[in-house]
Amino acid sequence: MLIKKDNFVIMNPKDNCATALENITKDTEIKIDENIIKMSQEIPIGHKFALLNINKGELIIKYGEIIGIATQDIKAGDWIHTYNIKSHYLEEVKK
Amino acid sequence: MSEEFLGFERPKGKVGIRNKIVVISSVVCVNRVAQQIANYIENAVAITHPLGCGQFGPDFSYTQRTLVGLGSNPNIFGAIIIGLGCENLSSKLIAKNIKRAKKPVDFFNLQDVQGGSKAAIEKGVKIGKQMAEEAKESKREPFDFSNLVLGLECGGSDSISGISANPAVGIVSDKIIELGGTSILPEFTEWIGTEHLLIKRAVDEKVAEKISSTLNMFLENTMKLGIDFRGIQPTPGNIEGGLTTIEEKSLGTIAKAGKASINGILEYSEAPKGKGLWLMIEPGLDVESMTGLAAAGAQVIIMTTGRGSPCGNPVAPVIKICGNPKTCDWMASNIDVDASKIITENKEVNDIAKILWQKLKETCNGEKTYAEILGFEDIAIWRCSAAPFQIFHSQ
Repeated sequence: MLIKKDNFVIMNPKDNCATALENITKDTEIKIDENIIKMSQEIPIGHKFALLNINKGELIIKYGEIIGIATQDIKAGDWIHTYNIKSHYLEEVKK
Repeated sequence: MSEEFLGFERPKGKVGIRNKIVVISSVVCVNRVAQQIANYIENAVAITHPLGCGQFGPDFSYTQRTLVGLGSNPNIFGAIIIGLGCENLSSKLIAKNIKRAKKPVDFFNLQDVQGGSKAAIEKGVKIGKQMAEEAKESKREPFDFSNLVLGLECGGSDSISGISANPAVGIVSDKIIELGGTSILPEFTEWIGTEHLLIKRAVDEKVAEKISSTLNMFLENTMKLGIDFRGIQPTPGNIEGGLTTIEEKSLGTIAKAGKASINGILEYSEAPKGKGLWLMIEPGLDVESMTGLAAAGAQVIIMTTGRGSPCGNPVAPVIKICGNPKTCDWMASNIDVDASKIITENKEVNDIAKILWQKLKETCNGEKTYAEILGFEDIAIWRCSAAPFQIFHSQ
């Protein structure tokens, strides 16, 4: 499996998700430090995938800031999109 | 190494990066007169708009403040204001306020010139040609970046902007501020979802309170009209592009303002009261926004655009930066800085920021941006209330 280092970007060291810079196909493996993450499905360009396992109710971090709350358990390599993330701002900051 | 650019010294300690003459219409009725005068004068640009009469209260003040601000911008050597004669925003009032910048200003009304528009154009051209001769005496000299006011704009955004062009602009904005300069972030509707973070960056409690109350007031007032502003972001197109929540989208937007502390929040077209980073209340239409930035004194604007925009400004050069490889290729004649190398050439955001900084310096030194070369010089002035006509708005 080809591991291409330039097909995703992590905006901040605190982030638990990365953004795809090209369409990343299912089963592609990426290496971050010593960890290998395998994509559980295709990640379209501009979309996000989890770098770690994120449990339901835990915060999702991009730019080093909260971008939402996981609405179900998310595994490393899972696509993060509207089906498994909701706004933390609307839920908690501006109820 | 000290960083400098070559600018034009203006009265009252200001520095311009262009040496233009503006011909401003005080009212829509004389737009074509102002335009035709500008056509005959070297280095002149017409500033025209559909307003200037029949406006009241805040709408009137905004139009006045904006036209005065555009004429007062340090990029402008001198200003000629053309009125009709019966409008409520008079050429005399605009001229009187621009004169505070101690630069050459002249004005007259078409109705006061015997011979109608033809004679008025001849009169304006005569004044303008004399001003243009004086302007030629101005020469570029080195200045440091504490003299620069940078406007931070985005338009036609896509989901790539927030991870490529916008953070690169943030690095450049922080650098300007480190060098003692000023940056302004407009488009307050696009801060919604991050106000708790902006508040944390406020220099003091008072500024934090102002940011908070401004956004709360807006959200509450729009709720009264039956609109939940928070519910319409991100848009379906944003979601398709990969954005998921309002705060994710807004974080990408405010990335343009880097990490600097926020010194205050400005009204539309209001000049900053000091250096550093400022927010401006402005609702997010690109041309209105850039008009407000130039009227606030920004000599240069950086605009990030993912989907592509051709917009410029008659007073402040607009540098377009784009992170989307397809748009950079498709609209190459409109994009000044290609940030898509983050995607296509494995460049880092820092590398793009360096390229952008170089482009910013060259633009300050006189190199024209694509929008300038193409002559894209529209303005639009925010009509914040349309008062007292709101009564006709059926809910």
